[in-house]
Amino acid sequence: MLLEQLSNARGVSGNEAPVRDLLIEAIKAHVSEYRVDHIGNLIAHKKARSARKSAPKVMLAAHMDEVGLIIVHHESNGHLRFRVVGSIDPRVLLSKVVLIGKDKIPGVIGVKPIHLLKKKERDQVIDVEAMTIDIGAKSKEDAQGAVKIGDYAAFATEFGAVGDGLVKGKALDDRTGCAALVEILKRDYPFDLYGVFTVQEEVGLRGARVAAYAIEPDVAFVLESTVCDDSPKKKDVSPTTRLGDGPAITLADRSFISDRRLVHLLVETAKENRIPFQFKQPMIGGTDAGRIHLTKEGVPSAAVAVPTRYIHSPVSLLSLHDYQNMVALMTKTLPKLTKL
Amino acid sequence: MATATQGAHFPSFDNSSEHSKNLPPLKALIKKLTETYGPSGHEQVIREVIRDEIKGLADEIRVDALGNLIARKKGTGATPRKKVMLAAHMDEIGVMVTHVDEKGFARFAPIGGVFPLHLIGNRCLFANGVIGTFGREKKDASRTEIEMDKVFIDVGAHDAKDAPVSVGDAACFWRDFVDLGDRMMAKAMDDRIGCAVLIETLRQLKKSPHDVYFVFTVQEEVGVRGATTSAYGVQPDLALAVDVTDTGDTPESTTMAVGIGKGPAIKVKDSGMLAHPAVKKLLVDTAVGLKIPYQLEVLTGGSTDAMAMQVTREGVPAGCVSIPERYVHTPSEMVDLNDVQNAVKLLVNTLNKPLKFD
Repeated sequence: MLLEQLSNARGVSGNEAPVRDLLIEAIKAHVSEYRVDHIGNLIAHKKARSARKSAPKVMLAAHMDEVGLIIVHHESNGHLRFRVVGSIDPRVLLSKVVLIGKDKIPGVIGVKPIHLLKKKERDQVIDVEAMTIDIGAKSKEDAQGAVKIGDYAAFATEFGAVGDGLVKGKALDDRTGCAALVEILKRDYPFDLYGVFTVQEEVGLRGARVAAYAIEPDVAFVLESTVCDDSPKKKDVSPTTRLGDGPAITLADRSFISDRRLVHLLVETAKENRIPFQFKQPMIGGTDAGRIHLTKEGVPSAAVAVPTRYIHSPVSLLSLHDYQNMVALMTKTLPKLTKL
Repeated sequence: MATATQGAHFPSFDNSSEHSKNLPPLKALIKKLTETYGPSGHEQVIREVIRDEIKGLADEIRVDALGNLIARKKGTGATPRKKVMLAAHMDEIGVMVTHVDEKGFARFAPIGGVFPLHLIGNRCLFANGVIGTFGREKKDASRTEIEMDKVFIDVGAHDAKDAPVSVGDAACFWRDFVDLGDRMMAKAMDDRIGCAVLIETLRQLKKSPHDVYFVFTVQEEVGVRGATTSAYGVQPDLALAVDVTDTGDTPESTTMAVGIGKGPAIKVKDSGMLAHPAVKKLLVDTAVGLKIPYQLEVLTGGSTDAMAMQVTREGVPAGCVSIPERYVHTPSEMVDLNDVQNAVKLLVNTLNKPLKFD
């Protein structure tokens, strides 16, 4: 399963090559041409099946990168200091296994045993700056031989099935979008389609910015994995999205306001085809659409995402039904697109 | 009932009341513009109101991919003519429904810089004409500090099914325009007053040698987004934003050497941009030459569309003509009519001059 391979592959922002290599293999039989641009985006071009005058140039984007760690210092005892790449809650880091660098050196983010914790320490959140990775090195020199400053570390989580139709894994944000985009690229469309697997989304939507500048699309869709906070709560407030209720359509988030015509098209298509869908809680998070829609003279954009629990942590959880419904929603919607 | 996805049903504002009939034309225009619905990303209605106002005044009018309304007035000079972009934003701050609870109360997120303190007791207007009020959770409530996530909108619904609003619906503040003589008070003066200045400038501009682009931008309040794309499209040689600015003229105010009624403010800097010195000088020289009252503005918090226009493509000399405004981002923003008229005079006369920036 491609999603499994993608989830297990390591591609912290700035180091997306392993993920990109998998994707190139997955798409090359289905697209007219592909290239890797100057900052590492994989841009696949699928030419129109039959040229139509009103056909728009469409860009679909999913980001290859994941949140992770980068090594910044070797301690005298051989432990490694690190910083986070992208946003990670420091509380989810302690005692996790990570794989560092090309050689996948395993390491453990150390934690003080509960036996030794003072009462005050139990209530504290430990800063990332105070944490270290233990790779079993005996000395600074030993550690320097195994790991270099600037090496990336990714969580060691293995993809797997959970419950009925759910899967767990790391980096589902946004390998889910990448897997969906590969599925979408397997079909033909009556317009020129650019499937873009972007880099560096988690550190500021950087890849999408230059890719959209080069492509100059008329319309853009971003395929994502998004926040899902659907556990029961004391107050009647938004769950952001609900697992299993279908793909989540963004109306507005911190990075952009969706083009209402595109939202309308998605909703109508979902209703016609009885594909379940939901609206994501507005004004939470941001996606590549935040940069794409501001490209050159502006690009009408929308974002669709698979609800994902425990996002930006070493392991998250999603429903394959939601994933399949996102692919279905996009493959049914795209052929209806005309120039706006 | 309109949801975020259904076709839009927009309120029609009746501006034919006795009161508005008696208003002089500029005030009547400001009343119409400020009372119209248009939170960021939902500028369709206000765009049509403005389009109607400028009909026949420009050589070309178009709407770009993000919804900016762009009117071009051809210059009288010989080609190649310089291009000047004037930007005033059509959008206003507001709120967006994030969740409707079982009892029909709506939770919301701010659109742009909304302060929770300004919400309690105020009302909001949705695109479908529904009006709601802001209530707050009373349990454990502080007397002085109001947290946005403890505020909700009550539209008078009995339960969730009965609620005429749903997730994604946007609302603006709801308040009537009030004529106070020299001063005027309304919601969304920021930046419909800038839109009024642009419309009036377009009406009065007869002999500018330059091609002037009057751009009514979208989504300024959520990150100068409309100006970003429209400036790229226009590719101007000079860019001026017309927006509101804060003042220091109210009791125990923070220090700021700008007050309402003392003339339009020529921006020197704000937290997002430094005005091009030559642009500032051009405006100051024009004001001094014609004895138009003006003030110099150094704003410590906030910015305008000029911030985006300045860094478009290879960079654009940019500045800003500001209308001093009290109570910015509240439902009762106050400006002085003389500043508005003087801003128009300053712009018309500046645009009539040759441009040279070295």
